[in-house]
Amino acid sequence: MIEIHDVRKSFGPLEVLKGIDLTVNKGEVLTVIGGSGSGKSTLLTCINGLEPIDSGRILIDGTEVHAKSTDLNKLRRKVGIVFQQWNAFPHLTVLENVMLAPRKVLGIPKADARAIAVKQLSHVGLGEKLDVYPSRLSGGQQQRMAIARALAMSPDYMLFDEVTSALDPQLVGEVLDTLRMLAREGMTMICVTHEMKFAREVSDRVAFFHQGVMMEIAPPAEFFGNPQTPELQKFLSATH
Amino acid sequence: MFNYTFRWNQAFNALPRLLEGALVTLEIALLSMLIGIVIAILLTGFRLSGNALLSAIARTWVEVARNTPALFQIYMAHFGLGAFGIHLSPYTSLLAGIAFNNAGYLAENFRGALKAIPDTQTRSARSLGMPAIQAFRLIVMPQMLRIAFLPATNQMVWAILMTSLGVTVGMNTDLAGITQELNARSFRTFEFFAMAAVIYYLIAKAVTLAARALAWRMFRY
Repeated sequence: MIEIHDVRKSFGPLEVLKGIDLTVNKGEVLTVIGGSGSGKSTLLTCINGLEPIDSGRILIDGTEVHAKSTDLNKLRRKVGIVFQQWNAFPHLTVLENVMLAPRKVLGIPKADARAIAVKQLSHVGLGEKLDVYPSRLSGGQQQRMAIARALAMSPDYMLFDEVTSALDPQLVGEVLDTLRMLAREGMTMICVTHEMKFAREVSDRVAFFHQGVMMEIAPPAEFFGNPQTPELQKFLSATH
Repeated sequence: MFNYTFRWNQAFNALPRLLEGALVTLEIALLSMLIGIVIAILLTGFRLSGNALLSAIARTWVEVARNTPALFQIYMAHFGLGAFGIHLSPYTSLLAGIAFNNAGYLAENFRGALKAIPDTQTRSARSLGMPAIQAFRLIVMPQMLRIAFLPATNQMVWAILMTSLGVTVGMNTDLAGITQELNARSFRTFEFFAMAAVIYYLIAKAVTLAARALAWRMFRY
């Protein structure tokens, strides 16, 4: 379970998170929508401790992320994150990209790590691309590789930060299909996205962020069918 | 009127001695690179440490090394330090001068290579649970090496050529030193210096080609 209690965060004079409260249960798929600068991506990087917070608490299975005593490297093993820019490691082959962290971080023997990587890469449809370098892959393929790389650590939670935003339109579908598959398999996920149709389809709940505040959170039917705040009504009418 | 008679025999007879000198030249160049690389890594660390004093030391080193003649740097190591009672042999002062020069250029090279690697690479590695040092070693450093490699081989070629400045501080066992000595004894200036030039050229070329082959093997992506 991910618990977020009254989290505040500023970049200089700009307060990007103005007291966020949110709980994500095991097995739940939460999508987060909102305009740029609404704080939704920042929240994800705070959840896995890449960004410090100013006040409040984030707990993952009861462990406080920003406590001094928390071993972030260990905590991050169970919280995978995939970014908008897929960040393939260019000097490693696709297989090596995915094998690296299981081997070096988890200490899994080479042969086993390889088997895990092959399995995850096949899972996201890259079983034929094991030995090529990322520069030879399309954006969609690189993004799927990044997903496989995160999954190879067998995380309990996955965070997706606008993973389709940097892709050509014709490549968006293949990445969303991968996310749908994960959702079906019961992965606990928080997806920050601009894909409304996707949000409606896969989410257990959808949250709307606006200027650092979580304005609404509800199951998709209610969220899209009966938006409560004028901000969300305006946002939805602008994106449809 | 042109009335110089070429006498190549003497020069060819001296070839073994010249080649011995070439070995010394190569040795100084290699040592100066090794020392230069170690210092350059330290300077790069100083520069990025956020400490004002360390950063100033590194910046000054880089500025002086890159904006004063290598000849003066070697002079300073020999006669300059001599004025403070530190007397280095020609070999040591030549080595120190070139290493000083190498460190300045390489530090800039390393810093540039490091900056060329996006922060998001480290971020991705960290988010996979790698500690900072591991992320640097496995993700940043290999990419940095590739960017820094060819400029560093240029510096190696420069180091080889700079060793010839050793004659000005009395260096007489390297290629330039031996050439100069043979010249002084025989006055076959053109022959000896032409031979030496060819040897310098061949060493420099061999280093460049070897580096290229190595780069081709190491950086397949």
